[in-house]
Amino acid sequence: MGKYILKRLLVVIPTLLFIVFVVFFILNITPGDPGRIMLGTTATQEQVDMLNESLGVNRPLLVRYVDYIWDALHGDFGTSYTFNVPVARVVMPKLPTALRLAILSVCCSALLGIPLGILSAVKKHSLIDNALTVLALFLASVPGFWLGLMLMLWLSLSWGLLPSSGVGTWQHYIMPVMTLALPSAAFISRLTRTTMLDSMNQDYIRTAKGKGARDRRVIFGHALRNALIPVITQLGMNFAGLLGGAMITEIVFGLPGFGNAIVAAIKAKDVPLTMFAVIFLSTTFMLIMLVVDLIYAFIDPRIKAQYE
Amino acid sequence: MFGKKKKIVTNVEPSQWKEVWRLFCKNKVSVVALIFLCIILFFALFADFIVDYQTIITPNPQERMLGPSLQHLFGTDHMGRDLFGRVIHGARYSLMFGVVCTSLSLFGGCVLGATAAYFGGKVDAWIMRIIDALMCIPYMLLALSLVAAMGSGMESMTIAIVVASVPSFTRMIRSVVLTVVRQDYIEAARSCGVKDRDIIFHHVLPNAIGPIIVNAMMNVAGLIMSAAGLSFIGMGIQPPTPEWGNMLSEATSWMRQSPHMIIFPGLAIVLTALCFNLLGDGLTEALDPRQAER
Repeated sequence: MGKYILKRLLVVIPTLLFIVFVVFFILNITPGDPGRIMLGTTATQEQVDMLNESLGVNRPLLVRYVDYIWDALHGDFGTSYTFNVPVARVVMPKLPTALRLAILSVCCSALLGIPLGILSAVKKHSLIDNALTVLALFLASVPGFWLGLMLMLWLSLSWGLLPSSGVGTWQHYIMPVMTLALPSAAFISRLTRTTMLDSMNQDYIRTAKGKGARDRRVIFGHALRNALIPVITQLGMNFAGLLGGAMITEIVFGLPGFGNAIVAAIKAKDVPLTMFAVIFLSTTFMLIMLVVDLIYAFIDPRIKAQYE
Repeated sequence: MFGKKKKIVTNVEPSQWKEVWRLFCKNKVSVVALIFLCIILFFALFADFIVDYQTIITPNPQERMLGPSLQHLFGTDHMGRDLFGRVIHGARYSLMFGVVCTSLSLFGGCVLGATAAYFGGKVDAWIMRIIDALMCIPYMLLALSLVAAMGSGMESMTIAIVVASVPSFTRMIRSVVLTVVRQDYIEAARSCGVKDRDIIFHHVLPNAIGPIIVNAMMNVAGLIMSAAGLSFIGMGIQPPTPEWGNMLSEATSWMRQSPHMIIFPGLAIVLTALCFNLLGDGLTEALDPRQAER
C-alpha cells in the first residue's frame, strides 16, 4: 500500500510541471503588452518598452518558463497587471466562497442523488424510476446558467422569495447551490442506479439472498457498499470540478468565486493572474482526484490486494 | 435462466444499418427527437428565407420588448429585433458548432486513441500519460485559457473547445478500440501481413464505430451547451450575431421587464440538447441491445 501511495505521489511532480507548461505555453504564446496594460493609455511608448524589458516579456518562452517555475518554487507567482499586488493575494480571498459553494453543492447532489438512485434501482421500471429517468434526461439537457436564470426569474423576481445576487446571508447560496446541485444530482442518481443494478446481478448478492438475509440488509449491506465506489469517485470529480468550474453560475449570481475572478482576469488580459488561477485550480483538481483514488484503493480490498 | 439470446450488433456493415434503423424505429421517443431535430435543422438551413438576416440585427426602437404575439411569435428584444428570427438564425451557429466541434474532436480522438490502443506498449503509455495530464486541467478552464490566448470569436471558440475535448474523446475511443484489437480477426489480419494503417481503417474502426457514434452524439449536446456558456460570459460569439448564449447574456439586464427574452433562447438550447441526448439514447439501444435490457 505504501508503495502504491509513493508511486502515485511521485507521478504528481512531472504531471504538475507538464500542467504548468501547458498553461504557460497557452497563455504566453501571444505575450500581449503587459507594460501597456499596467501603465494605461497615457504612458509613452518608451516607458511601456522599458517596463516590458524589465518584466522580461521579450525573452524566449522556455527561458521564461524555467524562470516561472524557479520563482514559483520560492512562492512567487508574479504580480497581477491590473491590481499590482502578488497574484495569490487576489485569488486566495475567493477560496471561502468557492469552497462553500462546492461543498454545499456536492453534499446536496449526494443527498438527493444517491437515495433516488437506490430507489430507482430497487424499483426498476416503476413509475418513479421512469419519472426520474425523464427528469434526469431533461436536466442533462439544461445548461446550468439557464437553469440559474429561470430560478432567479421565478424565486426572486416573480415571487420575491430569495435575493437574486451577491453574497451575505445563507439565502444567497440557495439558488446557486440548486443550479449546480440539481443536474449533478440527476447524474448521480443515474450512476447509482446503474452501479446498483450491476452489483445486484453479482453472485454474492445471490449468495446473500440465498442464505436468507433480509432485503434491507442485501441492499444496504452488500449491494450498496460495492455500488458506491464509482459514485464516490464521481462526487470527488464533481467537487474538484465545481471549485473552478462553477464560473458561469458564479457570474449569473454575482458570487465572488474563482470563476468570476478568472473571467475578469482574462478580459483584462492579466496573464499572471489567469495563469496562477488556472494552475492553482488544476493542481487542486489533480490532488483531489489523487485523494479520491487513494480512498478508492483503501476501501476496495481488491485494489489494495494488488499492491501488497 | 438467461432467457432468450438477444442479437448483439457489434459489427456495423452497410447491410446491418437496416437492422440498426429497425431497432432505432422501435423507440418512439428517439424517433420524435429525430423529427424535432430535423425541424430545427430545417429552420437553421432556411433561416434566411424565413426571416432576413439584416432585419434581425438592425435595431428597431419602435417595437422594443414586445411580448409574444402572432406578428412576433417569440416577442421582440430590447432593441426591438424579432426574437423568433434571432432564435432560428442562432440555431445555425449552435448546430454548426456542435457538429463541427464534435467531428473535429472525434477525428483527433480517433487518431490518438486508435494509435494508442492499436500499438500499445510505449506509444500507448506516452499518449495516455499526456492525455491524463491534460485531463487534470478542468475542461472549462482549458477552453477559457485557449480563448484567452486566441481572442474571442467563432474560430477561436471552436479550436478551444476541440482542444479541450480531444483528451476525453481519446480516452473513450482508446477503450473502445482496445476491446476490438484483442479480437481474433485482428490477429488474423496481422498474421496475413496486412498493413497497420489498413487494419486500423478497414478492420478496427468499422467495428468500433457503434459505441463511438453514440458517445459522439451525446457529446454534441454537451458541446452546444459549452459553446452557449462561453458566449454567455462574453468569451464566444459576440453580439450582434444572434447566438443563443449571447442572446441570453444580453437578456439578463431586461429579465424583470421581459422574461420572454430569457425563456425562448434558453428553450431552444434545451430542446436541441434534449433531442441530441434522446437520439444518443436511441442509438445506444439500436447498436447495443444488451443495454436496452436495463
